[in-house]
Amino acid sequence: MSSQIEAGPAVETAGPAPAQGPARSRSRIRKRIEIAAFAGPALLVYVTFVFVPVVLAAYYSFFNWNGIGPLNRFIGIENYTRALSDPVFHNAIKNNFVIVGLSLLIQGPLALAIALLLNRRIRGRGVVRLLIFVPYVLSEVIAGLAWRLILQPHGPFDSLLERLGLEGLRQQWLADPKVALWVVFGVLTWKYLGLAIILLLAGLQGVPDELMEAAAIDGANWWQIQTRVTIPLLGPTIRIWAFLSIIGSLQLFDMVWILTQGGPLNSTHTMASYMVLYGLNRSQVGYGSAVAVILFVISLTVALLYQRFALRRDLAGALTSRTT
Amino acid sequence: MTAATLTQNETRQVPKRRHKPFTWSQPLVYLIALVVVSVTIAPVLYVILGGFRSNRAITEAPAALPDPWIWSNYRNVITSERFWGQVLTSSVTAIGTTFVVVALGVSVAFVIARYDFKGRQAMYSLFAAGLLFPLTIAVLPLWIMLQQLGLLGSVWGLIIPQAAFALPTTVIILTPFLRAVPVELEEAAAIDGASKVGFFWRILLPLSGPGLVTVGVLAFVGSWNAYLLPLFVLAAGGVPVEQFTLPLGVQQFSTQYSSDTAGVLAFTSLAMIPALIFFLALERRIVSGLQGAVKG
Repeated sequence: MSSQIEAGPAVETAGPAPAQGPARSRSRIRKRIEIAAFAGPALLVYVTFVFVPVVLAAYYSFFNWNGIGPLNRFIGIENYTRALSDPVFHNAIKNNFVIVGLSLLIQGPLALAIALLLNRRIRGRGVVRLLIFVPYVLSEVIAGLAWRLILQPHGPFDSLLERLGLEGLRQQWLADPKVALWVVFGVLTWKYLGLAIILLLAGLQGVPDELMEAAAIDGANWWQIQTRVTIPLLGPTIRIWAFLSIIGSLQLFDMVWILTQGGPLNSTHTMASYMVLYGLNRSQVGYGSAVAVILFVISLTVALLYQRFALRRDLAGALTSRTT
Repeated sequence: MTAATLTQNETRQVPKRRHKPFTWSQPLVYLIALVVVSVTIAPVLYVILGGFRSNRAITEAPAALPDPWIWSNYRNVITSERFWGQVLTSSVTAIGTTFVVVALGVSVAFVIARYDFKGRQAMYSLFAAGLLFPLTIAVLPLWIMLQQLGLLGSVWGLIIPQAAFALPTTVIILTPFLRAVPVELEEAAAIDGASKVGFFWRILLPLSGPGLVTVGVLAFVGSWNAYLLPLFVLAAGGVPVEQFTLPLGVQQFSTQYSSDTAGVLAFTSLAMIPALIFFLALERRIVSGLQGAVKG
């Protein structure tokens, strides 16, 4: 990796005054060795296991390949045309964006409302904070399995509805193509709403009480204080949460794989579950790679657009230095 | 308000307020808190309590409390080699990932933060760009690659790629930490005869403790909960179930014993207990880490 590291300017900004003559060149060599020794291993691991596979995915995507035999059946962009003309994959892309949209429109406002209501000194606030964080720390697999058992036909959820006199609402929760995606979204909401609330509560601590008091003295009611003072000041937190949520929704895999495996009738596939289905279960590594590239291009476009239009202010300076 | 001020404010002590008069909005807030907490906790409680019931009781009354309490489901799990094997694999993988990513991350962040050389900005951008490459995209070629390296089915096949994919966040969180240590301190150390490397070991590392804990916890959480990579490396790598990680193992158990609902519930709840204890203890660290991760 040493080719990436070049000699720096002669003057070090952070360090002892530059020495003269041979001592100086010796210290420059020493500096280069130090840089190579400290940065080398990380660069090696990072380039090998992150960049090379991503590049390989792009390469494999032009082949008809099962992952084992020789990589010699070059088929051009056929994998891409196949994916882009498969109605199941269309539906998978649509599902990803449905989850993105529902997350922003339902989880966001819901979390905001709860956070605003909880943002006051109440007894047991610490316990509440801790308990609503529980679903987030469970793995998606464990959360998904728990919900699969809860939602099974004649399971506890159905029996709860029955007791509440709502048996008319009973569904084949995970077996009906019309409701399965909504159920997946519901479980995701259960799992990630707590995180959103916690992030927003943390952001709310950055809104000074004095501002709200000043607004109250000026005659603003609770609603006006929230919409005119608090929420605008929460902007950065909300935009960061939304970014997390969008990227997470586009990469969604674990929960879908556990709850439905993309079924029933392919109604709940996401791009990632479609990729694993073909790439792993059906050994079509070339085709799966093409799907991965499409997933990457879509995520990258969305991320860049989002950064361009929403996150720019928050990130300005953050990429260069956060300490200033 | 800039994003950078968020963490500072989060740790800021909120001054104590004087007692407020009673208002009717207060009971409403408690009610909402109660509803939110119940909906959040009910599924978890169902799993834990369900493990104390018999399959027949669960079929007859799916949403009832244990009566009588049956310990055999939990006893079966706790005495099974499979469960402890999976706890061991998950622990080794998570600890290994944490150690590797912290060691690699702090070294490279040290170079980026404290050395002046051409290509420093490029190096930082290289790592920052990694945020745009999630594991999902790379997993198929990675799987082939690990196969060729002979790492399929081994914990190293999990540790090294997981560490590699955790590096971007780690570097982005740690670089400002290391940069924040004043130059004067480094000069003083140099006058006292410490080399730059000595400065790193004796002064920089101890001072960046909180940052190291944050990135360590994030890496640990990510590894402990991971499913996609273990699915490729362990399940598709033909490893016996005793060497699965817990998420993979729980999923496999529930498929294998799908008719034994009580057993599955007991296995699932025991699998979530270590994570719950560990993560709830470190909740604040995780939250501040997540905020930092996105800000970078």
